[in-house]
Amino acid sequence: MFDDFFIRALFAGIGIAFVTGPLGCFVVWRRLSYFGDTLAHSALLGVTMAYTLDLNIAISVFLISSVIALILIQLQKKTNLPGDALLGLLAHSSLAVGLVVIGFLTFIRFDIMGLLFGDILAVTTDDLLIIWTGGALILLVLKLIWKPLFASTVNYELAEAEGLNPDRAKAIFTILMAAVIAISIKMVGLLLITGMLIIPAAMARNISDSPQKMVIFSIIGGLLSVVLGLYSSLEFNTSSGPSIIAASLVLFILSLFKIKQSIKLKN
Amino acid sequence: MSSENSTLVKLNNAGFKQNDKWLVEGVSLTVEKGKIVTLIGPNGSGKSTTAKIALGIYKNIEGSVEKYTNKVGYVPQKISIDWTLPLRVYDFMLLTENINDEAIDEALTLTGVIHLKNKNLGNLSGGEFQRVLIARAISKKPELLVLDEPVQGVDYTGEIALYELIKRISDTLNCGILLISHDLHTVMTATDHVVCLNGHVCCSGSPMDVAKNNEYKTLFGEQASQILSVYEHKHDHVHSDKGEIKKN
Repeated sequence: MFDDFFIRALFAGIGIAFVTGPLGCFVVWRRLSYFGDTLAHSALLGVTMAYTLDLNIAISVFLISSVIALILIQLQKKTNLPGDALLGLLAHSSLAVGLVVIGFLTFIRFDIMGLLFGDILAVTTDDLLIIWTGGALILLVLKLIWKPLFASTVNYELAEAEGLNPDRAKAIFTILMAAVIAISIKMVGLLLITGMLIIPAAMARNISDSPQKMVIFSIIGGLLSVVLGLYSSLEFNTSSGPSIIAASLVLFILSLFKIKQSIKLKN
Repeated sequence: MSSENSTLVKLNNAGFKQNDKWLVEGVSLTVEKGKIVTLIGPNGSGKSTTAKIALGIYKNIEGSVEKYTNKVGYVPQKISIDWTLPLRVYDFMLLTENINDEAIDEALTLTGVIHLKNKNLGNLSGGEFQRVLIARAISKKPELLVLDEPVQGVDYTGEIALYELIKRISDTLNCGILLISHDLHTVMTATDHVVCLNGHVCCSGSPMDVAKNNEYKTLFGEQASQILSVYEHKHDHVHSDKGEIKKN
């Protein structure tokens, strides 16, 4: 069944959507979109490392993104620069260094477009295995830290005062972010991963009145985007990443009508 | 019961420094089961800081905190909730602990906001939200309750009812309460021990002792006399905002 590249891509996308749904909600709630971008940009370094050292791309991206996240936390503690400046610094410098290193690796033929925007042809059965086991692991850990993470998202001091250890939950969540980027980079591409996290969650926010509903709608939105995006990618011969993100944008626009309705009802 | 195991939290000469400025220093106090300790003091005297030290929110403190319970309910003075979260009162009640529906309904009924259970948290008024905050803190049946100006923004009659509720909770649950209040009436009616702060401990003791203290009188001036007069009433009545006397 997995002989067909399209079936592989479809299953990879579905696996990714299950993980980006709930994680994306936290990205929106905790205002981490630029943080996600930074980790995604640094993934390019991870890819080059994978090629030079002959490692698995997902594992190598995961390692580099985690290191960048740690560096960011250290810089936040030690400098007086605002958070967004530090994020920009790390995002663009790691992207630049990644591209420079690619320039040196003349002996390897890189598909830069595929890296940046995703390539459904590139998904192998090994990738599927990584996406589904990695994804299941990410969801399991997220479930374990849900309570402290959510409570501290609402209010840090309440969570800390009532003994939930929010700092540990935050650190673990950072690692989960690196992991989700690592498993989705081939499919969505590093420039658009954050879109996969944010847009379905933003769509879900428009149509939900409780956190649980938002997570569920966010997953459904992600699944629909993947299926619609991949079919149109096949149909119109476009890159998989942009097609998926464009599909999620359509869903987001549709969700705006729901807001309009509820505002009308209130008046 | 020995005093050893009825202690819930104990501050030993505790203080907290931020940007090289002491927010509060040299605070020693003990909250025991079934007792209400009240912190009073002017703005910026370190009341909330002391509460946060007791709760373990501040990590790098001077002195030490001994905490003997993990069942804590906290009503912060300022709470900034990000309204990008879709959050109903019901979801908020489950924030730090999974409690059953009966406990949720009971707590919301006690604070008079059961009708708001399925409302969005962002649509509540200040007083309504405050009642939800108190309901959330008591619903988990904590051993230690820390209430930082719990009735701010609540209407006057509601205020009295809520303070009576707090007193009742301390009796029925036998929990210790660390209360911060600017309302000297309340301090007198419910409190077992008063700590008067002004960057350090000005004076402390029973409400009566504190009321007689000279430092306390300079700190609170005119208002200070209230503490005595209220105390001597023995509280068989409360005053409405028009000054009329209502029997309890």
